[in-house]
Amino acid sequence: MAIEDREVTVVVNGQERSAAVEPRKLLVHYLRDDLGLTGTHIGCDTSQCGACSIMVNGEAVKSCTMLAVQAEGSEITTVEGLGSIEHLHPMQQSFWEEHGLQCGYCTPGVIMAMLGLLKENPNPSEEEIREGMEGVICRCTGYQFIVSAVQKAAKLMAEAEEQKEETLVANLVREGTHNG
Amino acid sequence: MANVIGASLKRKEDPRLLTGNGRFSDDIQLPGMLHAVILRSPHAHAKIKKIHAEEALKSQGVVAVYTGKDLEGKIGPVPSSWLVPDANLKEAPQYPLAIDYVRYVGDGVALIIAEDRYVARDALDLIEVEYEVLPAVVHQKEAMQEGVPLVHGDIENNIALHWKAGEVADEIINDAEVVVRESFYVQRVFPSPLETRAAIGQYDAGSGELTLWCTSQNPHIHRMVLSDVLGISEAKLRVIAPDMGGGFGGKIGVYPDEALVGYAARDLKRPVKWIEQRSEHFTASNAGRDEIIDVELAGKRDGTLLAIRVKNTANLGAYLSTMGPGVATIDFGLMITGAYDIPHASCETFGVYTNTTPTDAYRGAGKPEATYQIERIIDLYAREIGMDPIELRRKNFVRKEAFPYTNAQGLLYDSGDYEKPLEKALETLNYEELRQKQRELSKQGKLIGIGFSTYVELCGFGPSEVAGAIGFQGGVWENSTVRVHPSGKVTVYCGTSPHGQGHATTFGQVVAEKLGIPMDDIELVFSDTKSISMGWGTYGSRSTAVGGAAVSIAADRVVEKAKKIAAHELEASEEDIVFENGKFQVKGVPGQQRTFQEIAKSANMAWNLPEGMEPSLEAQSFFKPENFVYPFGTHAAVVEIDKDTGEIELKRYVCVDDVGRVINPLTAEGQVHGGIAQGVGQALWEGAVYSKDGQLLSGTLMDYALPKARFFPRIESAFTETPSPVNPLGAKGVGETGTTASIAAVMNAVMDALKPYNVKDIEMPLTSEKVWRAIQDGEGN
Amino acid sequence: MIPVKFDYIHAESVEQAIRLQQESNGEGKLIAGGHSLLPLMKFRLTEPGVLIDISRISQLKEVRKEGDRIVVGALTTHHAASNDPVIKEHIPLLADTVRQIGDLQVRNRGTIGGNIAHADPAADLPAAAFALDAQVIIQGEDGEETMPVDQFIVGPLITMMPENSIVTAVSFAIPPRHTRSVYLKYFHPASGYPVVGVAAIAGVDESGVIDFVRIGITGVGDIAYRAESVEQTLLGQTPSEAMIQEASRLAAEEGEMGNDFFTSSEYREHLCKVYTERALRSILLAN
Repeated sequence: MAIEDREVTVVVNGQERSAAVEPRKLLVHYLRDDLGLTGTHIGCDTSQCGACSIMVNGEAVKSCTMLAVQAEGSEITTVEGLGSIEHLHPMQQSFWEEHGLQCGYCTPGVIMAMLGLLKENPNPSEEEIREGMEGVICRCTGYQFIVSAVQKAAKLMAEAEEQKEETLVANLVREGTHNG
Repeated sequence: MANVIGASLKRKEDPRLLTGNGRFSDDIQLPGMLHAVILRSPHAHAKIKKIHAEEALKSQGVVAVYTGKDLEGKIGPVPSSWLVPDANLKEAPQYPLAIDYVRYVGDGVALIIAEDRYVARDALDLIEVEYEVLPAVVHQKEAMQEGVPLVHGDIENNIALHWKAGEVADEIINDAEVVVRESFYVQRVFPSPLETRAAIGQYDAGSGELTLWCTSQNPHIHRMVLSDVLGISEAKLRVIAPDMGGGFGGKIGVYPDEALVGYAARDLKRPVKWIEQRSEHFTASNAGRDEIIDVELAGKRDGTLLAIRVKNTANLGAYLSTMGPGVATIDFGLMITGAYDIPHASCETFGVYTNTTPTDAYRGAGKPEATYQIERIIDLYAREIGMDPIELRRKNFVRKEAFPYTNAQGLLYDSGDYEKPLEKALETLNYEELRQKQRELSKQGKLIGIGFSTYVELCGFGPSEVAGAIGFQGGVWENSTVRVHPSGKVTVYCGTSPHGQGHATTFGQVVAEKLGIPMDDIELVFSDTKSISMGWGTYGSRSTAVGGAAVSIAADRVVEKAKKIAAHELEASEEDIVFENGKFQVKGVPGQQRTFQEIAKSANMAWNLPEGMEPSLEAQSFFKPENFVYPFGTHAAVVEIDKDTGEIELKRYVCVDDVGRVINPLTAEGQVHGGIAQGVGQALWEGAVYSKDGQLLSGTLMDYALPKARFFPRIESAFTETPSPVNPLGAKGVGETGTTASIAAVMNAVMDALKPYNVKDIEMPLTSEKVWRAIQDGEGN
Repeated sequence: MIPVKFDYIHAESVEQAIRLQQESNGEGKLIAGGHSLLPLMKFRLTEPGVLIDISRISQLKEVRKEGDRIVVGALTTHHAASNDPVIKEHIPLLADTVRQIGDLQVRNRGTIGGNIAHADPAADLPAAAFALDAQVIIQGEDGEETMPVDQFIVGPLITMMPENSIVTAVSFAIPPRHTRSVYLKYFHPASGYPVVGVAAIAGVDESGVIDFVRIGITGVGDIAYRAESVEQTLLGQTPSEAMIQEASRLAAEEGEMGNDFFTSSEYREHLCKVYTERALRSILLAN
């Protein structure tokens, strides 16, 4: 029985991308091998380590436990879609400042999982962060500096959010004056 | 840039890793690349009767299948690199694919090459192997008995090596007031870097050059060994270690798999990629530890220690790994007295073949085991004579004044002040109050335990003469070139091979401080045998103490030459030139100066150099240390045990490490944290479990517990600094201290908590069931 | 870790999901989040010829109150269930349990229906399902059928799921308003799965007597179970430390304790008792 390849189209990091793949192709292989997005890594084969974590439609998921065909039509964010080397995302910046990485292999997955955590809980306690890391494994850091990084990122992101709101209000006020 | 050494700078290597711009092995894509998978033995011991590969070969997309027989005579066995002398060492050849017999679950049987990784995986199921299953032996003490199966038919009693160091006369033990005896098992664990192993080979038929990207902590050792195995000139074999997701010793070894990939790439004249799967990693990558340690500690009732006699029976697995033979012998046996002035010591080690995956150096390599036995037995000794374990340690510490100190096994400890970190740790813990609290809570039926490990370890491998004398097949000096470009920007080439330690930053700091230039002006090159003439790699906490020292010396030489040029240009005598903050200044004549960048240009242009001076500004150093370095410190754990279930909660972890001069406190602390997580992992969660017939039961991350974030409290970490006289940086090593110290600290804490039940030992890992049983079987129950 | 080849089809409706299964000649397997199925397929422990993706059938994502039960659509993810206001209000035990499944990434993909249909003996969910008298709602070739969870799950990874059918929802009985509940687990340090997971609901009437108690226990053996002996002992009693201890001693009575290299059956039995005791203490004695 010949099984046809399927055209899988997704929006990755804001860009529409597609490739024809076997139905059995894992999403992580699709991203890495077909789309060349090698920032997402594979660390295990039992869905334990979370190195392959990405965002699918705004939720953190393990891309080794999802088929590419299941992702058809979805919006995906990988670590490449956060910040650039020149302009790091607050989460990346915090990992840098707090020494939240050593070999850097688990890091993209941990970052994506922690963004998922902050989405649910923008101001987590240390305990909540440690629990939130149940789905990731880091063999290098002993986790402590990752916890510090996530705490810092939460703060930076809250501040950025506040600033955004202030700007928005200021703009509205300005517009109001203009219109009035 | 002054005062860069000692600053907690952010790491140079991070922005690319944080943005998905790292380049790990599996990220490498080459045109026409093929994919390899390895069919591995499902049996611990079997005769290969026949391999049927026809179906696989017929399958579309399969390019080649190789078996051990196909490769006979074409590719040599992969040798061990540590041929411990005077140990009657018997090395059985390990062919890259098993030829007649498989000897452990995971032993390579066939190599399959296909156009795509999915096709390669499918082909694995199409190969049929007829095995005649043979009885297997798994446990090292059993393996030494008469009449058990032999792993290698011609090696009697499965004994790979028998080694002895030191002598303790029977009378000393027999006549001692106190003798404490215990047997400890430091169980088999898996290094488990988050990135598994990988290899990619590319052969250039025109030049005859084979490039091998592989997960290696020591690419030059890989080149040296593999050039021999593959029969290719070292000048035509280029080994590159790309970004690597950790190593922890598991990527020291030169493995059959890497040889196979190199062979296939050359044979097929197409690039070949092999990526190890996680569950494959558990059986195919070298494990760590697996040593049964019988200890006798003798001394006086007042706490004076007189002698330690140790026997180590080490499970080396089915073959001798790259460094395997040295771990339970040299690394372990010479360090058994730990931080204590014990006049008599002896160690007898048996290295034993079994039908298991080979064992090799794992973070700390022998020193965690040495520390474990001495720190555990010293606690038991304290208990025996009714002395506080801290007091007993203090009484027997090597005194500060005694350094450099020669231990009973003949090692020369470079520098030390063992009281200092101990005092600091006790202060952080608030020790007296904590003991008081422990007593109070104990009255309420709570089981609180406080445990210590006041360790010293040997690292910074090492003097070449010593390496030769102990049979290590390498020079273990280090090499660095500091190359100054016309602009004054600098490239530094290093022979060590970092994979998470952050040496681009710490070595960069050394160069920035020495040359007075910004960190951003410095690029570091590691891990490529074509760019770097020679080097011995990153393991055994040697990189900063040996490699960093080489960088420091090369940078000094650059300054020395630059100073001559500056003096020449400024028409001053060399003695009158001061080099500060990147400027060569004539003493007492403001304005009479040259910047480092100006001199860089002068040197490279060579329009006007001092008489007889060669152009360019570049220096290489080969640093051969005169001795090892010996970091030390105190680690303390506080645990609470749930009496009803045996569950252990790690409440506090305090550590004070003295790793000599600290180049970057932030990254140094990161190393300590990670090391602690691995040591605590060994004490509490990690452990290989084999069935009697040699099947690995703990063979996935569903069964083998790597520590997770929620298992830990916040670690309270600090440093003291006692410089080493052995290298110009005064640095020791920080990569392994956490692991070396923490296993015993946590175990001692648990034993302390279980003191009311008079429990003396529980085999690691301390699962709650084992603890619960110990309580059930303990005194008073 | 790559599955064998298979074909893949989307089912847009329950009817189509059934029809596609019929057409697959036994080769078809339903997939929603895939968090039970894909790990097995990657190890080639199961090799379906066709995956029928039901994740687009939006009606299977609904959560609603129907009389004295809460009907949770099969495609409701663990994450959605843990945040669902209806679930939180009426069956907080379910929210409490699914919040402890796996990890946040897994909870975003794994579904209630998939979890139950997979019948993994090591799963968390069955504890709550047994304690909440769950019923599995199945649409088959001959129409809809409802099966109590203890009749649906009959062994490790074995269910009474008829051929060519689909779990459309799982319904849970709403416990009386005055009860409290908790899910406590002793987890395996590697997998995070419960070695013992105890879901307990209990309440006392106005006279201070226990008038409602349900205990579901998972993880310990091949199949989850209701600790009925404990329930019977407690019913009609006034809660006290002594009473709880006495009753909890029976926590392993209805279960068959498994064992592996990590935990023996003896220890599992002991944990059953201790965790049941703790669960009951926290809902009956704590303020």
